[in-house]
Amino acid sequence: MSDGLPPRVPKADAAGKSPLLEVRHLKKYFPIYKGVLRKLVNQVRAVDDVSLFVREGETLGLVGESGCGKTTVSRCILRAIDPTSGEILFREADDKVTNLAALDRSELRRFRPQMQMIFQDPFGSLNPRMTIFEIVSEPLYVNGMRSKTEREDHVAELLRLVGLRTEYMARYPHAFSGGQRQRIGIARALALNPRLVVADEPVSALDVSVQAQVLNLMLDLQQKLNLTYLFVAHDLSVVKHISDRVCVMYVGKLVEMATTEELFQAPRHPYTAALMMAVPRPDPSSRDIIQDLPGEVASPANPPSGCYFHPRCQFATEVCRTQTPELREITPDHFVSCHRAEELHLAGIKVNQETQI
Amino acid sequence: MDSIEPKILQPEGAAPLEKADPAIYPPDEAVAAPAEIFEEPLVTTQEEERISIASNWTLVWWRFRKNVLAVVSTVILLFLAIVVLIPDFFATMDPEETNARLAFIPVQRIHWLDEGQLKPWVPSVVGKRDPVTLAMKWTTDETQKTYIRFFGTSWSYSVLGVFDSNIHLVSAAKVDQADDDLAAQIFLLGTDRLGRDQWSRLAFATQISMTIGMISVIVSVVLGLLLGGISGYFGGWIDNIIQRLIELLQSLPTIPIWLALTAALPRTWSPEKVFFAITIILALRGWTTLGREVRGRFLSLREEDFVLAAELGGASQARIIVKHMIPTFTSHIIATSTLAIPVMIVTETSLSFLGLGMRPPAISWGVMLQEAQNIQTLALAPWLLFPGLIVIVAVLAFNLVGDGLRDAADPYSH
Amino acid sequence: MVTQTHPLVKPAGDLTREPLLRVEDLKAYFFMDEGIVRAVDGVSFDVMPGKVVGIVGESGCGKSVTMKAILQILEAGAKIVNGKVTLRSRIHHGDPNSAEELIELTHLHPNSRQMRRIRGAEIALIPQEPMAAFSPVHTVGNQIMETILLHQDVSKKEARRIAIDVFRAVGISMPEQRIDSYSWQLSGGLRQRAIIAMALSCNPRLLIADEPTTAIDVTTQAQILKLLRKLQEERQTSIIFITHDLGVIAQMADEVVVMYLGMVMEKGSAMKIFKDAQHPYTQALLRSIPSVQSHPRVKLPTIAGSIAHPFNRPKGCPFHPRCTHFMRGVCDASQPHLVEVDEDHFVSCFLYSEADGTKKMNKTDAAPAKEESL
Repeated sequence: MSDGLPPRVPKADAAGKSPLLEVRHLKKYFPIYKGVLRKLVNQVRAVDDVSLFVREGETLGLVGESGCGKTTVSRCILRAIDPTSGEILFREADDKVTNLAALDRSELRRFRPQMQMIFQDPFGSLNPRMTIFEIVSEPLYVNGMRSKTEREDHVAELLRLVGLRTEYMARYPHAFSGGQRQRIGIARALALNPRLVVADEPVSALDVSVQAQVLNLMLDLQQKLNLTYLFVAHDLSVVKHISDRVCVMYVGKLVEMATTEELFQAPRHPYTAALMMAVPRPDPSSRDIIQDLPGEVASPANPPSGCYFHPRCQFATEVCRTQTPELREITPDHFVSCHRAEELHLAGIKVNQETQI
Repeated sequence: MDSIEPKILQPEGAAPLEKADPAIYPPDEAVAAPAEIFEEPLVTTQEEERISIASNWTLVWWRFRKNVLAVVSTVILLFLAIVVLIPDFFATMDPEETNARLAFIPVQRIHWLDEGQLKPWVPSVVGKRDPVTLAMKWTTDETQKTYIRFFGTSWSYSVLGVFDSNIHLVSAAKVDQADDDLAAQIFLLGTDRLGRDQWSRLAFATQISMTIGMISVIVSVVLGLLLGGISGYFGGWIDNIIQRLIELLQSLPTIPIWLALTAALPRTWSPEKVFFAITIILALRGWTTLGREVRGRFLSLREEDFVLAAELGGASQARIIVKHMIPTFTSHIIATSTLAIPVMIVTETSLSFLGLGMRPPAISWGVMLQEAQNIQTLALAPWLLFPGLIVIVAVLAFNLVGDGLRDAADPYSH
Repeated sequence: MVTQTHPLVKPAGDLTREPLLRVEDLKAYFFMDEGIVRAVDGVSFDVMPGKVVGIVGESGCGKSVTMKAILQILEAGAKIVNGKVTLRSRIHHGDPNSAEELIELTHLHPNSRQMRRIRGAEIALIPQEPMAAFSPVHTVGNQIMETILLHQDVSKKEARRIAIDVFRAVGISMPEQRIDSYSWQLSGGLRQRAIIAMALSCNPRLLIADEPTTAIDVTTQAQILKLLRKLQEERQTSIIFITHDLGVIAQMADEVVVMYLGMVMEKGSAMKIFKDAQHPYTQALLRSIPSVQSHPRVKLPTIAGSIAHPFNRPKGCPFHPRCTHFMRGVCDASQPHLVEVDEDHFVSCFLYSEADGTKKMNKTDAAPAKEESL
């Protein structure tokens, strides 16, 4: 699968290591059947040829509007759903690289402890019929830690790590607020010392005043435990707040990937720029800055020809209508899939020093 | 109300508005705690502590016991359950003993007081043959008192096959007298056409009818869990086959099928054989509703985040089913099963009433009601309808308990 | 009927300085088996003609209950126990030149004819879920025409014309065709526009928008916000805009009411709230939200703890367990009242003197939280 890749082969990180996770040409199509005979009539291209990589110890933000396929990408990486095609290359601690997409269920279990997930819904992700101890210790138990006292010590340590009292162990999830439950979910995800944590909208269900607590906790834990995050969210401000690098997706495709600063200050894809301009800022004097993007998100079951964004793009030309752009690295570490990336100069967002106080 | 967080259940009588105050101080939340955060040691009220460590079943019980009707019905069902276990204890005489001379004795009213003292008695019945119709006419003689004895001894019976007892709940005080001495017998609910004591028969009928209802529901639950679980968990062609089977079974017209099946039971079968055949016949269709429900639960649970979390944690399929999925819908299954029991009871009663279910000498509610099949008997001996009242009470009680359980089953829904 | 119709307000004079809607000390409680939830506990604010009032708050703050209490559409178990909601209503609904009367909505029976006429004709609601707001078995146009026919004395043909006009006004292309489609045939953005068209169809003077953009994507959200602003400016409609999103409030509102656990913490103009917040809650909230304009990977100052359940609302100031300016024996003893700290800028906090609104000296006087860089 390395044919189309050469310009995109991710560079080694500072320590000379290949990325922890690399996704190549990932596709996930959901078939649509119709009629009694279940004839295949169409496919929803939820993820349509996505390639990205995550370096060890960094946070890669994955952002996009609903239906862009960001959640599908994250679930494919964890093999919670099976990709249609593509490679998911995971580097283990001994630098051995394995293609997770090619493993079957039983082979996969060996990799499970290394990749964990933080869920969006703090209520649905904890089994209401289990105590906090049972929830957090389950991964330990099923992975062979049979001694209860050992598990109790471990769970206590995990709870302290996420800022919860160890006395809470005997309680059930219903005794906790949304923010506390999210901490419990994080403790469970960390129980097996994972190397990659996929966080799927971990704060979007929380109250505004609690979001910052969880984001700070995730930053803290990353530092302490050298975690690698794949952070999936629809909220650009949250993604900006936590990510080293950011990927932007639109209708199943990756349109841009760059370091957070560069992406926000100098976006190269018109969609990225439009997305940033549409975010309402908590500043009444910025009302004229906010711009809307005409039209609506295309359907992944019936995407437009050429570049999927062209019907809404003010810079679209003939080539955009006919040819699908490839993801290219136009400056070091800045990948864009736009025919006109080099010639466009798009406005980004300046960091406002004043709002930092 | 806007989306407040799901409410923590407050058990009855709790008024935590003011007193739970210290509990809401967040002691340890802040990672980057502001400089002078108000620190309060972890003090929770006992009430809060109690709620936070309450398991699912505790929460279900807290909710269930708020439902007065359901609790009352539970007590009624518990009483009926005791009758089911030891009907002999309640019976005053042999339910199968016939005595044509004692036919159609009316209900004897219990008088609790005797000369100002608590000493229950029933007036004796006196029979007089009508010289024209030759029918017996029973009158009560208030002067002739038959005293009632509680926990007196009489014939011996086995309690659950464990030990023998000869204690009976009620009996006539004068047991030592001859059998046909009316003063030595009490007929709390009168007698039927063949002079059998209704009260004693009712105790045994309760045993048979309730057991049929319960056993057929248990068989249904086993079948429903098994087939519904397979259907929902594995999906694919096996799901397709099971679903079509359910549809087929549900599309069969029930009454004719039951009639045909029960009519096909050989007349020569013993009551026990008939009994089991009927439970199986009832269960064969009963499982379909449950099977559907179980399948639906499995399908929706497969999508739950906590199931995915367990899978990502490395839990095996078997563990996910046993530890995560089944506990989640057990309470619903119990509620649904409880609601299914009265359907079975009514069906059995109807079949037996039509002479197609249990057959004499077996006694069930339906068999007893057979005695009340014509209007003449009813006019003459309205007390023969009493088993119908018990059916209504039992069915209502099961429904109320089932409804209460269903409402209480998911404490997290609010 | 217990209507209290006040003497007519004479159309003379500068009416724009009279509030269109006045909410005074509104209290709406939920009476449940377990006790009373004081969902809204003493909320007051004015809606001036042609202005947008934003009500912002987190879950359990009572913003939606306030909205429902104004419209008298509270669910069973909830009751308005105190307060007055006064509307300056036109006598001939829909006629911009009609004479006016003051109606106390709280005195009307929720199902009374008058209340039903006011809903839709004078106050219209833009709900959060556009999918749930339309019936799937009638065309969108028929549902809008039904509303028009209910409130206005027009023929069916005329109603259809009005419906097409509002469809055009909310920026739906091909309104003549789209009006005959079913809600499930429309995309999310179009559906939201159709809902706005329905709300506008009877020319109400007050729109209540309940989280109208929460369920839609950010690019569509920008379109809808822009549309609402445009319509509001063109028609001089007043809007009560309810949301938890401070960004959306900053973009939309002229006046802002900040709520926490059923009480108003602070209210004032958007500029004052966002640039010069005085209440510790507002200040902390504004500091704790991540912004696209901030530096990446910088730790945010947080608000400790979590929101108490409305059932267990803390005594005194509801925010005191999480407040960095907490004063023992003061904040947990009694409820603060709204004091005017600046012109039309009200704060309910014991840091401010009730007599003159000046700030009292306090030992914990705000030292700005330090940034921590990673």
